[in-house]
Amino acid sequence: MAREISQAIVDGILIGGVYALMAAGLTLIFGVLDIINIAQGVLVILGAYLSYSLFTKAHIDVFVGLLITVPAMFIIGVVIHWAFIRRLRGTERTSMTLLVTYAVALIIEGILYKVYGANFVQINAPSTNQTVHVFGFYIEYIYIYGFIMAVALVVALYALLYRTRFGRSVRATMQDETAARLVGIDVNRVAALTFGIGVAVTAAGGMVYGATNSFNANSGYDLISRLLAIIILGGMGSLGGALGAAVFMITLESVVTIWYPTWAVAVFYAALVLVLVFRPNGFFGQKAVRAQ
Amino acid sequence: MSTSTDMVSVSTDEAPGAGRRSSVLKAAGLLVLAIIVIAFPKVYSNPSVTNYGVFALIYVTVASAWNIFSGNTGYISLGMAVFYGSGAYALGAAASAWHFTGTSAFALLPFAAVVGAIIAVPFGLIALRVRRHTFIVITIAVFFIFQLMAFNLSFTHGTIGMNAPFISWPSSGYNTPFYYIALAIAAGTIAIAWLIRRSRFGLQLRAIRDDEDRARGLGVRTMRVKLSAFVISGAIAAMIGSVWFLYIGQVQPNTGFDPLFDLTIVLMAFLGGYGSIAGTVLGALIVEPATLWLNTQPQFSGGYLSEILLGGVFLIVVLFMPRGIIPTGGEWITRLRSRGRPAVIPATTIGGPKATGSVSATSIGSGSPGGAR
Repeated sequence: MAREISQAIVDGILIGGVYALMAAGLTLIFGVLDIINIAQGVLVILGAYLSYSLFTKAHIDVFVGLLITVPAMFIIGVVIHWAFIRRLRGTERTSMTLLVTYAVALIIEGILYKVYGANFVQINAPSTNQTVHVFGFYIEYIYIYGFIMAVALVVALYALLYRTRFGRSVRATMQDETAARLVGIDVNRVAALTFGIGVAVTAAGGMVYGATNSFNANSGYDLISRLLAIIILGGMGSLGGALGAAVFMITLESVVTIWYPTWAVAVFYAALVLVLVFRPNGFFGQKAVRAQ
Repeated sequence: MSTSTDMVSVSTDEAPGAGRRSSVLKAAGLLVLAIIVIAFPKVYSNPSVTNYGVFALIYVTVASAWNIFSGNTGYISLGMAVFYGSGAYALGAAASAWHFTGTSAFALLPFAAVVGAIIAVPFGLIALRVRRHTFIVITIAVFFIFQLMAFNLSFTHGTIGMNAPFISWPSSGYNTPFYYIALAIAAGTIAIAWLIRRSRFGLQLRAIRDDEDRARGLGVRTMRVKLSAFVISGAIAAMIGSVWFLYIGQVQPNTGFDPLFDLTIVLMAFLGGYGSIAGTVLGALIVEPATLWLNTQPQFSGGYLSEILLGGVFLIVVLFMPRGIIPTGGEWITRLRSRGRPAVIPATTIGGPKATGSVSATSIGSGSPGGAR
């Protein structure tokens, strides 16, 4: 039993890293644009399908394929922002953008159904689904590579935010949009690029998700509800909070699965409800006041 | 901050009635409408046509119930399917436990409404603590909890779902009684929505929509008021959900708790006119038959097309006519009448005799600098 638990914890941490990456995109978008991107879940699935197509049709290795899918998803994100999000103004903007991204999610889901059908698929790259024996644990390579990649990308995201001029304008916009505009930051450009970056990470997250789970167009709902639970738990808009919450929640789910496999998903919702009852602003919510 | 546009949208469909003549006209119009909807299944007795009628009325009811809570308070709920599905499952479970067979199952409709109300209380107590997008997220989370329970609890029978008590009506006339039951519930719901809108309770709800903190400052017991509206809306949705269950004869987790359902309801309300009673009904009457028709066309089979279209129409409505058909159409008519001169909509509506409560809630603070919300 102790052995199963420790294996579950190792799995949870490795997968949690990947969820952290997807949640980082979601929470970044929220922080800068004050938007909850409901389409994030189905965009992860879109990223997974793109990797799947590149692998099965063009025989491109899944990690090399990211060089194509990440820029592609970035462009999709910028287009979604340009076409729909940018146009919404006024007091009801936050609620409306939520509905708009929900509608975008439906459209993408419908297109994925049309292109790929309803059957579940999984990316079965021979280089990734072999197992390795480390410190007494059996782990598939994809979990290790995925975790390393996720950590690298999250570090890159941090570097972008805290070490570059662009990152400074993003953080300024997060703190006070009006003031950022006054000091000469092109807020619309920052918003568009942030949305693009937030969506681009779903390409990487989706690749690992697609290699470790079987999925179809409908899997986006399951993903978005987990991601929402994670970013609310971590405090919406807080990157560090999202990372911590992702690893914590996925590990918890992985441990609960040992005893109650069918109810493990409920951990997310239960945690979400408990947090909202006792700490409505999450545990690391720096933007709590504005968010309300 | 809410400015004059907000006040207008609050009071759009209670523009001052121009004396007795217009109210006589209105009554006559309602009478004609009532005759048309009552005579509909007599004129078109073909089951495939009455099927459209039954589904349209079911969605009119759910959308109107949504409007009682979300349209009045501004809290956009994406959790109506929680009540709809729960109503279906509650009726199924009660019928099999207490041996209600055949038409006697209709006696359980009030029971489904009570279950909906009971679910709405803890749901509301948790979700209504937070506002705006956090509220929407919680309704989504609660929705997924219920879907998960339907999949995993023992009495719901997992993915197989539940079968409704068999009703042995001949298939040619099967739809007609359902049509009248749904019509009665839909009419009742619209009447409740209308009564609430005219009441002090309705004014309190709309004061919350305009500015909740200020409403509380003015003495509105916001939590109690919000929760009451939420419970009413949930009870109605559960009741019509159980009618739907009896009508189609079965329920599965992904049909009873369908994420598309929630967005469809919101689309109906936004299409017709967010917050307006007639607009919501109109939206439901447009959207539901259209999706039903699309899903039955063989060349569009698979359902994905209705998904894409639903999303597309929603985007167009939200982006280009955010206030819906009825308010936007009303503006166009006014513009036509005024022949290009700047229309005077805001002045007339604000000055309207009925717009007192909600306007006073906003106008008290209209001089103070806003925006720091």
